Amino acid sequence: MKRLFPAPWLSLALWLLWLVLNLSISPGNLLLGAALGFCAPLMMRKLRPQRIHIRRPGVILRLILMVGRDVVVSNLAVAWGVLNAGRRQPRSRFIKVPLDLRDAHGLAALSMVCTVVPGTVWSELALDRSILLMHVWDLDDEAQFIQHFKITYERPLMEIFE
Amino acid sequence: MNAQLSLWVEIPVAILLVLSGLFALIGAIGLVRMKDYFQRMHPPALASTLGAWCVALASIICFSALKSGPVLHAWLIPILLSITVPVTTLLLARAALFRKRMAGDNVPAEVSSRRTESGS
Repeated sequence: MKRLFPAPWLSLALWLLWLVLNLSISPGNLLLGAALGFCAPLMMRKLRPQRIHIRRPGVILRLILMVGRDVVVSNLAVAWGVLNAGRRQPRSRFIKVPLDLRDAHGLAALSMVCTVVPGTVWSELALDRSILLMHVWDLDDEAQFIQHFKITYERPLMEIFE
Repeated sequence: MNAQLSLWVEIPVAILLVLSGLFALIGAIGLVRMKDYFQRMHPPALASTLGAWCVALASIICFSALKSGPVLHAWLIPILLSITVPVTTLLLARAALFRKRMAGDNVPAEVSSRRTESGS
């Protein structure tokens, strides 16, 4: 079973994704979706050598809501910064964030969250995963920003993945 | 899509579509106006986040009203976008950093020292 379905949740998600995309549960689509859910994880097994442990679905949900809120807030901030750029250039620069999260999947999720929020782009991770270099669109108070970043994104991801 | 939609559906749908267009436009303006390459990486994210969300929400409201039942699959677009867009953004950031370091521009040096355990 483990060999046939190395990632059962991924298989299930792909199957559901196929059905929702096609908006049909005809036998043909059920079969095609199942084939996708069966083949894709097998092909990707070589790319994911580490076992993944996910805990605490409640924290995941809260993190998604927080990211959603931050996306809206920083959308407005970046939009205002663009419109206002003639009068005041945004104070964009790189900052280094010390990281405590070490899990590879957690770091991948963190890079996604960090980059999907407008105003921050993940730029480089140290080899020992202890420092993150990121570019910030408009930085006011570096210490406060780092604290917010660590509390809102890094800590929940550590709870989920570690 | 003829006269089946009521005004109370049309108004929020129209507002959402206009908002989405505005965010895409501001993103494009930012891309043109900003001076620095790394600064220009931020505004286009407006189109792929709030811009796309507004269109998806408008589509959900519009087609749910037309079919008088929830039609939620447009929500997949923002989810898939938020998984895929960071990959290209990250690649662009990494490539730009590499090139600017090679060219000796004013960007931060590598954050890892050479003699650390390699864990990537």
